[in-house]
Amino acid sequence: APVMWYSLRVRVKGRTLSGSEGSPSTNVTSNSSTTITTLPIVTWKWHHVETPYLVALWVLVCWLCKLLAQLNARLKSFFPESGLLIICGFILGGIVWGADKAQTFKLEPRNFFYFLLPQIILDTGYFMPNKLFFSNLGAILVHAVIGTCWNAGAVGVSLWGCYLGGAMGDLNIGLLQFLLFGSLLAAVDPVAVIAVFEEVHVNEVLFIWVFGESLLNDGVTVVLYNVFDAFVSLGGSKINAGEIIKGIVSFFVVSFGGSLIGVAFAIIISLLTKYTGKVQIIEAGFIFVLGYLSYLTAEMLSLSAILSVTFCGVCCQKYVNANMDEKSVTAVRYAMKVFANGSETMIFVFLGVTAIDNVIWVWNTGFICLTILFAIVYRFIGVFTLTWMLNRYRLVPIEVIDQLVMSYGGLRGAVAYGLAASLDETRIKEKNLIISTTLIVVYFTVVIQGLTMKPLVKWLKVKRVEPTELKLIAKVNNRACEHILAAMEDIAGHYISISDLIFDTYITWFLMKPEARKNKDYLFSIFHKLNLEDAVNYVAEGEKRGSLAFLRNGDRTNVDFDKKFGMEFSGVMPDITSELDYGIDNVPMTSIRRDSIPSVSLDIHEQDMKDMNEDFNAHHLLQQHLYRSRKNHRHKYSRSDFKINQSEDEVQEIFQRTMRSRLESFKSAKMGVSPAKKITKHPKPSQKMSNGKSTDTSKSYPYGDEDFEFSEVDSAYSGDAAAAGGSSPMRAPPYTVGAGIENPAFMPEMDTPPPPWLTEVETDTSVAPSQRAQRQLPWSPTNLQRLTPLRISNRSTDSFVMADVPAAQDSPEEPPEDGSQQDGTHM
Amino acid sequence: MGSTSSTLAKIPNAEDLMQETGFTPAHLVRLYDRFKVLDKDKKGFLTPQDFVAIKELAMNPICDRIIGAFFTSGGETLDFPSFVRILAHFRPIDKNRPKEPTSPDPINSRSNKLKFAFQLYDQDKDGKISRHELLQVLRAMLEKQVTEEQLESIADRTIQEADLDRDDAISFEEFRKSLEKVNIDHKMSIRFLR
Repeated sequence: APVMWYSLRVRVKGRTLSGSEGSPSTNVTSNSSTTITTLPIVTWKWHHVETPYLVALWVLVCWLCKLLAQLNARLKSFFPESGLLIICGFILGGIVWGADKAQTFKLEPRNFFYFLLPQIILDTGYFMPNKLFFSNLGAILVHAVIGTCWNAGAVGVSLWGCYLGGAMGDLNIGLLQFLLFGSLLAAVDPVAVIAVFEEVHVNEVLFIWVFGESLLNDGVTVVLYNVFDAFVSLGGSKINAGEIIKGIVSFFVVSFGGSLIGVAFAIIISLLTKYTGKVQIIEAGFIFVLGYLSYLTAEMLSLSAILSVTFCGVCCQKYVNANMDEKSVTAVRYAMKVFANGSETMIFVFLGVTAIDNVIWVWNTGFICLTILFAIVYRFIGVFTLTWMLNRYRLVPIEVIDQLVMSYGGLRGAVAYGLAASLDETRIKEKNLIISTTLIVVYFTVVIQGLTMKPLVKWLKVKRVEPTELKLIAKVNNRACEHILAAMEDIAGHYISISDLIFDTYITWFLMKPEARKNKDYLFSIFHKLNLEDAVNYVAEGEKRGSLAFLRNGDRTNVDFDKKFGMEFSGVMPDITSELDYGIDNVPMTSIRRDSIPSVSLDIHEQDMKDMNEDFNAHHLLQQHLYRSRKNHRHKYSRSDFKINQSEDEVQEIFQRTMRSRLESFKSAKMGVSPAKKITKHPKPSQKMSNGKSTDTSKSYPYGDEDFEFSEVDSAYSGDAAAAGGSSPMRAPPYTVGAGIENPAFMPEMDTPPPPWLTEVETDTSVAPSQRAQRQLPWSPTNLQRLTPLRISNRSTDSFVMADVPAAQDSPEEPPEDGSQQDGTHM
Repeated sequence: MGSTSSTLAKIPNAEDLMQETGFTPAHLVRLYDRFKVLDKDKKGFLTPQDFVAIKELAMNPICDRIIGAFFTSGGETLDFPSFVRILAHFRPIDKNRPKEPTSPDPINSRSNKLKFAFQLYDQDKDGKISRHELLQVLRAMLEKQVTEEQLESIADRTIQEADLDRDDAISFEEFRKSLEKVNIDHKMSIRFLR
C-alpha cells in the first residue's frame, strides 16, 4: 500500500482526480494487453477503484473520529468537539506521515471550497432564523463589514509595523502582503463559531450577531483578498486612486452580486417546488442541487459564493417548506444536517492531518505570536467599539459580558486556511510562513478559545450574578414580563409598511402553492372558530339533531390538510411558529426589535449556583421549568440538534393549555345553557374541524385511538353516562376499560382559572350542569391533542359507531403514522 | 395607512390622548390602524374574541391574564382610548422628562409599569398577591411536569422571601421592594414604531 501511495500521489479525497493522475505504470499495467496464461478467477483491481475507494475511506475515517470524540462524556463536556477532531487529524496525519514520509492527504483548497464548504453554508442558510436575522441585519452588517475591514487593516498594518521594527527577522514580504494576510485572517469563521457556541448558550441577539457576522463577512473577505491579491500582482507602484476606487466598487459588486445570485436561485427553487408535487420522491433533491449550483455560479462569476448560497438558503426556506410535501421537508432537513455535519467533521480532521507535513512549516516565533496577539486584541477593540456605537440605538443595550463573549468568540477556521493555501507562491514568497501561521491561529482559536469559552462565561456569570441575586418573585416577574412584552408586541402588531405587505403578498402568490397559502391560516382560523360563538352554534345544532354524529362532508379542502398535517406534529406547530418567523399576518418585519435583555446563561452554571437546600430547589426549579418566552432560545440554530430544541414542545404545551383553558371557560360559562360540547365538527361545509394540537409529542397521553379516548372522557366526567336524555348514540355504554388511566390533563377543574372577562360575567359556576352537559365532550380539540395523526379520512364518518367497539385500549401506542385511512378522525 | 394627519383627524380626542399617554402622532396613527385591523367586524370597539384571534397570543402562557388586563371590571368592550392607555404603559421611560412634583406620574413611569405587572398577579384586586393567586400564576408559567408539591414549595418560598410584614401575601410595596434592583425600563418597554 505505501508503494501505491508513493506512486499515485492521491490528493485528499481524490474526488477531483480524473483518475489519469495515476502513475503511468499502473495505467500501463491495466491497459496493456498483458499476456495471461489462464483465466483469472479473481484479480486485484485496486487501480480501478482507487480514487473512489480512498475518498470513501477517508470519509469513513473522519466520521469514525467523530464517533470517537463522542465516546468520553467527561472529555466532551469541556473540550470542544472541533478540537478533538483536530487532534484526531494529527494522529491520522502522523500515521500517514509515518508511512509515506510525505503528507499525501492534505486539505486541498479546491476540495475544501468546492466539496466541503457549500453544504455547510447551505445548511446554515436553510435553518437560519429569518425573523431574528433580518431584524438584526443592520447590526450584523456593521460588524461584518466594518469589523472585518478593521480587523484586516489593523492586523496587516501592525504586523507590517513590527516587521519594519525588526521583530520578525528577515522576510521577503511587503505591506501589501501583510494586508493580504490580514484580510484572510480577519474573517470569523461560521463553522468554528457554531461549533463552540453550541456548547455555550447565549441569548439570541448575541448569537445571531456573531453567527450572522460570520456568514456575511465572507463578502468582505473575498473582496479584500482578491483586491490585495491583485494589488500584489500589480506591484505597489501601480496602485493609485483609480485602483483603490475599483477595489471599493468591487466590494459592492461582489457582495450584492453574490447575494442576488443566491436570491435568484432561491426563487428558482421555490418556483420549482411549486410544481414538483408529482415527483415528491425526489423533490428534496432539488434543493441540494440548486443550492450547490448557486454556489458554483457565483464562484464562476467571481462573486461571493458563500453569500450566494447563504441567501439561497435563507430566502427559499419559507416557500420550500410550504410547498413541499411533509416528508420531503423532513428529508431535506435530515439530509442537510447529515451533509453539513459530515463536512464539518471532515474539515476539522483534515485541518489536523494537514499539519503533519514538514514542507509547509516555517516557524517564525515573532510573526506567529504577534499575529495571534493582534488578531485577538483588535477583535476585542473592534467589537467593543462597534457595539458601543450600536448600543446608542438600542432599547436595551448589549452588556459588557455579551460583548466579551462576542469578542472572544471570534474564531478563525478553515476558510482562512483555505484562502492561505490558495495563495500563489510565485508571487507570495512567504506562502509557507503564512500557511503555518494561519494554521497556528486556527488551532489556537478553535482549541484554546473553544476550551476556555465555557469556563470564562461561567466565571463571568458568577461574578455578575452573585452580588445581585434576585429574589424568586423578581425572577418570576422577569419571566412574566418577557411574556407580557411578547404579548404586547403581538397585540400592538408588528410594524409593517404597506409596501412590505404588498410585496410579501405578491411574492407569496408567486412562489407558494395555492393550497399551501391557504393552509397557513387555515389551521389557526379553524381553531379560533372553535371558540365561543361557534361553539354555541354547534351545540345548538347538535341538540336540534339529537345527535352529535355529524357527518363529515368530503370537502376537498381537507385533502391538503391531510397531506400537510398528516403525521407529525412538526408539520403542525411550526406552521404557527413559522408564521412568527415570516408569516403573512402580523409579519414581523425588520423594524421591530425585540431588544432582549442580554443574558449569557449556562446550564451547568445554574446547577452549581447555589447549594442551599430550599433556595436551591426553588430557584433551580424555577430556572429549569419556567416556560421560555419568545426571545429566549426560541430560534437557536444548531448544527447537530435536529429538532429546534424543546421550545417547540413548550410552545405546544402552552398552546394546548391556552386552548384548553379557553374551552373550559367557555364550558363553564355555558354550563347551564347547553352542554358545552367542545366542537369537533362544524356543520358549515367549509369548516373542517381539526385542531392545531395534533401530536402531543410528550407521551404522557398515550392514547391509541379515539375510542379509548372517548371512554377516557367519560370516566373523567363520571357523569351520568346512562342518563343521556337524548337519543344520541354518544351515550356510551360504560367504558370501564378506559376508566383506568387518569388523565390529569383532562381534569374537569381547570388548571388555569377562566379568563377574567368570563369570570366576571359568570361568577356562578355552581350551576348544576344539566345531565346533558355532564355527559361530556367527546371530541374536543383538547382531547385530540393525544391523537397522533391529524387525519381526516374520507371514510367512515361516524366515530360514535366505532365507539361501541372496544378498541385496543390497553396498548397505548400511537397509531401508525402512515396516514392510512383509519378511523375517522373526528376532530 | 393613510397619511398621518388625515388619519389623526379621524381619531377622536387625539390631542388629549397624546397628552395623556405621551404617544406621538405617528404612534397614535399606527395604533389606530392596528385597532382597526383587530376590529374585524368593524364594531368600533374590541372584544376579548378579537384578542383571542391573534394567533401568537395563544402561545403565551399568560395570555388570558393579559387579555383580561385590557378588559378590566368585566367589561366586554374596549374602545380605542382604553386600548392606547394600556399600551402606553410600555413606552420606554422618558429620561428627559422634567420632574414636576405636582403633576401625576405618566402612564409609563416605573411605578405604573410595576403596578400593571402587579395587577396581573393580583386578580381579585385586593392589593395583595395571595398565595393562591401566586400559585395560579406559577402554574400557568411552569411546565406541566412540575408537581403540585413543587409548585407549592416554590410559592411558599417566593412569599417567604418577599413578604416583610408576615401577612402571607405580597403587597404592592413588598413587590416593589423586591424589584428595586431590576431595571424595569428595560424589562417592560417595547418599541412601537420602527
